[in-house]
Order: sequence, then C-alpha cells, then structure tokens
Amino acid sequence: MLTPLTVALAVAALALAAWCGWAAWRDQPTKDWHFAGMAVVTLLGLAQLVVGVVELARGRQPADGAVIFVAYLLGVLVCLPVVGLISLSERTRWGSLSVVAGALVLAVLQVRLYDIWGGGTGG
Amino acid sequence: MAETAPEPRNTPGARDSRPPEEPEKRREPAADARTYEAEAPQLPGARPEFEAESEAEAEAEAESGTGPEGGAESQAAAGSAPRGGIGTGPGRLLVTLYGIFTVGAGSRSIVQLSTRFHEAPLAYLLSAAAAVVYAFITVSLVRGGELARKAALLCCCVELFGVLAVGTWTLAEPSAFPDATVWSDYGMGYLFIPVVLPLTGLYWLRRARTDAPVR
Repeated sequence: MLTPLTVALAVAALALAAWCGWAAWRDQPTKDWHFAGMAVVTLLGLAQLVVGVVELARGRQPADGAVIFVAYLLGVLVCLPVVGLISLSERTRWGSLSVVAGALVLAVLQVRLYDIWGGGTGG
Repeated sequence: MAETAPEPRNTPGARDSRPPEEPEKRREPAADARTYEAEAPQLPGARPEFEAESEAEAEAEAESGTGPEGGAESQAAAGSAPRGGIGTGPGRLLVTLYGIFTVGAGSRSIVQLSTRFHEAPLAYLLSAAAAVVYAFITVSLVRGGELARKAALLCCCVELFGVLAVGTWTLAEPSAFPDATVWSDYGMGYLFIPVVLPLTGLYWLRRARTDAPVR
C-alpha cells in the first residue's frame, strides 16, 4: 500500500472537514468551492482504489484479508459523494456539518486502511 | 379577505411572497382563529397528523383568545413546518450520522457473521442488532411524520439502553466477548459516538414535538 497516498488522503480529508466546519460555523451552506474540494479528495480516493487493486493483482495480501480491504477502499470512494448529495439537499449549515462528518469518517477509514493493509508493521 | 386569505397562507411559497404588512391586516384574532379552524381540515398539502394538530391549535386559540402573535405563529407552523421536519435541518445531520453508523455496524456484522460467527457469536449478533436499530432510526428520520417520530424516539431509547447495557456487560464480564461489538465499552472504539448519538436523537426528537404545536 502506498503510505504517502494514505497520509495525503487523511490530511486532505481533515482539511476538508475543517473548511466545511468553518462554513458551518459561519452559518453557510456548502458552496461550489467546497464541492471542488470534495471532488479532489474523492479523486485521491479513486487513485487509492486503483493503487490498492493493482497491489492486490500483483499478489500482495493485506493483513486482514482482501475483501475487507476492498470494502474499505470502496467506502472511501463513496463517502464524500454521498455527504455531498446530502449537503445539496440541505442548503443550511447542517448540510455543511454533514460533509464534516463524512470527511472525518474518511480520515478514520484511512487509519483503518493502514491497519488492514499492514497491521502497522509492514508496508 | 376571509374568502381568499386561508388558501394562500397555508402554502409556504405563497406565504413567503406575501408583502410583509399583509399579516398585520389580517389580525382579527378571534374571528381569524375560527375561520382558520374551519379551513384547517381541508389544507391542500397538509399531512394527516398535521391537520389534527393545527386544528387543535386553532381551537385552543379561539378559546383562550390568544392575541395576534398566536395567530401569526400558527400560520407559520401550518405553512412552513415541513412536517417531515425531523429529517431536515439539524435532523439532516442526524440522518447522516445514523446512516454512517448503519453502514458501519451493518457491514461489520455481515462480515463477522458470515466469516467467523462461532468465534464470538454474542458480540457479532449484538452488532447486527445495533445495525438494525440504526437502520430503523435512519429510515424513520427520513420518512418523518408523527408516527415515525414516535417510533424513532422509542428506538433511540432502545439504542441508549443497548449501549449502556452492553457497555456495562463488556466491562463486567469480558470473557463473554472474545471480540468487540459496536457497543463494547460504551462505544469507546467509536469515539463514544454510540452513547452521544441516542442522547442527541432523543433531544432532537422531543424538541421536534414541542416545536410543532404553538404555545
């Protein structure tokens, strides 16, 4: 697994959470730029999925099993699109907070992915 | 006035577009409340449970002779209150969180039950039960309405009880749980969100009720 990508995704997700949290703090819904941010993080998630599948195809095995690994990768991918849609249907600060929740979940998923892949010992 | 007013005032769009001084003119409290009461059951877009409530409101107003503020407020409640209101605003955030936990607990228990059920059957079944409760609350919040609100309220109580019971159980008798559940140690593995979530849900669902009728 590509550790730099995992770290980058976690950091980007936290930044997105802070950004949308700021919008919620100022009582604002998500704006176009927020969606651009979600798109960037989701693209990183897509890259992670591709890298993960390639690694699996090359015969490397995650410590906790391939099924859970791929499930988490898919979770990372759909996470932000789902909360993005929710924030589109709720054009208030609460929509922004929903994106915050989704981004935090994404960051947690990255930590879990790291464990699932190497158990924290090997890359 | 009495002929034309009741119709537009009960549709949110019309209410919003009305010039601001309009409501002032209409404030003849007692008479207004009565016509309102008469019209209430035929509100075009109102949901059943709401009709009943707004009718009761208008009645109460007519009896107590509440002033103009009361009348205006009940209009606001009748017109705007998207009565699936429990799933909007802050409720939408709750829907998101409950949705996340439904997926989390659900997928976790599916994997565990299907791959290593015998290792810790009790823990895995409890996780599955938690997932069902989360799913039910999510659906109730989305659907809205009084019945769903009550059902969700009940489920939040079940959820809170479950977290506290399982949390205590896991601490008192760890040997019964070779593997963790969502509710182990009061949801510590999930940043204690499993404890906070039902409390927030109960607060929100109770508030949603007291918001609807106008005092």
